[in-house]
Amino acid sequence: MSSPSEPGAQAPTGVIHDLGYRPYGGPRLGERAVSWSFFLTGLRNTYGLGRSGRSKVLPMGLFGVMLLPALILVGVLVQAKDLLELDSQIVPYSTYPLTTQLLISVFVAAQAPALISRDLRFRTITLYLARPMRRPVYVLVRLASLAAGTFILIASPLLLMYVGGLLADLPAGRETTRFLGAAVGALLLAVLLAGLAALVAALTVRRGMAVAAVIVVLLVSYTVVASIQGISFSTGHESVGEVAGLFSPYTLVNGVQHYLFDSPRATPTPPSSDAMGLLYVAAVLAMAGGSIGALIARYRSVNP
Amino acid sequence: MAVIETVGLTKQYPAVTALDNLDVEVGDGVTGLVGANGAGKSTLIKILLGLADATSGTARVLGHDVATEGAAIRALVGYMPEHDCLPADVSASDLVVHMGQMSGLPYAAARERAADVLRHVGLAEERYRPMGGYSTGMKQRAKLAQALVHDPKLVLLDEPTNGLDPSSRDDMLALVQKVGHEFGIAVLVTSHLLGELERVSDHVVVLDSGRLLRASATTEFLHATGSLIVEVQGRPDADRVLGQALVDAGLTARPAEGQLIEVVVKDAATPDVVRDLTVDLGLGLVRMQERHQRIEDVFREGGAGSVQPV
Repeated sequence: MSSPSEPGAQAPTGVIHDLGYRPYGGPRLGERAVSWSFFLTGLRNTYGLGRSGRSKVLPMGLFGVMLLPALILVGVLVQAKDLLELDSQIVPYSTYPLTTQLLISVFVAAQAPALISRDLRFRTITLYLARPMRRPVYVLVRLASLAAGTFILIASPLLLMYVGGLLADLPAGRETTRFLGAAVGALLLAVLLAGLAALVAALTVRRGMAVAAVIVVLLVSYTVVASIQGISFSTGHESVGEVAGLFSPYTLVNGVQHYLFDSPRATPTPPSSDAMGLLYVAAVLAMAGGSIGALIARYRSVNP
Repeated sequence: MAVIETVGLTKQYPAVTALDNLDVEVGDGVTGLVGANGAGKSTLIKILLGLADATSGTARVLGHDVATEGAAIRALVGYMPEHDCLPADVSASDLVVHMGQMSGLPYAAARERAADVLRHVGLAEERYRPMGGYSTGMKQRAKLAQALVHDPKLVLLDEPTNGLDPSSRDDMLALVQKVGHEFGIAVLVTSHLLGELERVSDHVVVLDSGRLLRASATTEFLHATGSLIVEVQGRPDADRVLGQALVDAGLTARPAEGQLIEVVVKDAATPDVVRDLTVDLGLGLVRMQERHQRIEDVFREGGAGSVQPV
């Protein structure tokens, strides 16, 4: 190509050469690569990346607010560990998601419709179904994107606290064990919340309705369960509270963490017996499997 | 090898029979699929994509069986749905790139192809704007672009001219013709207007209540249906007077809707005869146009009883 500065023999002309239609002869990727790129796009969309500027505000804002308490806790721990005679995290890892459950619920409620209802409302799903990806794969990948986005939201402050704890010279071995246990809990919680929210969003095509419905399901269930647990604890009927804990993802996952990893209790009535602990684990599996199964069944009836 | 081949294809819904023992063969080039609403066009397309199961019968697309090799077909076929399917908060460029990736193109290739295809369908700078603000014509172009991005061997276009004004309609039809003839991609395009498909398709398939009414090359169609619509004025019974004169002159003429006369074109001189007779009778010739044939005329002519085998 000639640059404008050199006076070439050919004067530059404004002709754009129409190359005509060029067929594609390059590689075509398989289902695994397609699913991976679909997953990444979905994950980016969960945080508003690749969407309009306005849709970045809420997820990014929530992410920041979610990190803020952890940052303060770490600051206090590092600065005033000796003064306050601290030898562990001020707030246990497993309690953090319960303390911030409102933020997590709002995040899931806002982002599930953005991923799930949008394809149904604009009928973009037709374009996906008319491509090689199979229907259940579409459902699972969409769910995985939402779960991964939620996991990042829940686990990031825990990671921050963990790094801060190590900087503050807390015992590394003990902190690592606790942190990993909390990370497993965060993953379970992310899967449960994403599954429930995706199911509600898939049943409510209109976006505003879906947001409200998810918030109601998550907040109301948590509030009711927390109240019952509080009452049962103060009246001495702990077993009632333990059963009630099965009905909110937050208390359920916290109970599992208490049972499996012996993390400190964050609810008044965590599962106290092995039987109840196993019931909690079974309830997590049933809730996750149930919402995935229901989602796949829901999409079976979607007409392209 | 036929691009699409169906044998005894039947789709039975609980209340209606959408496709009734359909035998159709579609080759290269542009094929028009014509039928009234509910004639089974969209059902046929869904079965061809492997998205709906046929009740009985078989169909093969590009040599693949629709019942068992749906994914292989969907990798080779582009589909433009009839209904709206574009997310409002995404730009055409982003959507077409993403859809290219969903068809298995690597990211870099998807971007390059998306830019190419958007240029071919005529979306310029507006491709970077969210599609919520697009006109119907721009939306149809974006829908066509996403169907072409992975360089399919066949595209199924479901009512691409739906909702377009006359000039955008012409643009879209020219685009369909370009895809079929210059890009070398086989096209199956549906419409409920036979007239507009006649202009761009090499073959026309007419469906009526899920049955094949007619399948032939467009040239045969034109030959069989060439007629003129004539409108005259000057006397209250002008149409009848001219009609009688035309019949006396040895032409086939019959009253059409309203005060119009339909004249079957016998040869190139027919319009001249009509003009001369009108002048001789002292009438005013208001218009004389080629009959823009509509689906109803095929019904009137052949009737549902005269189904021709392929």
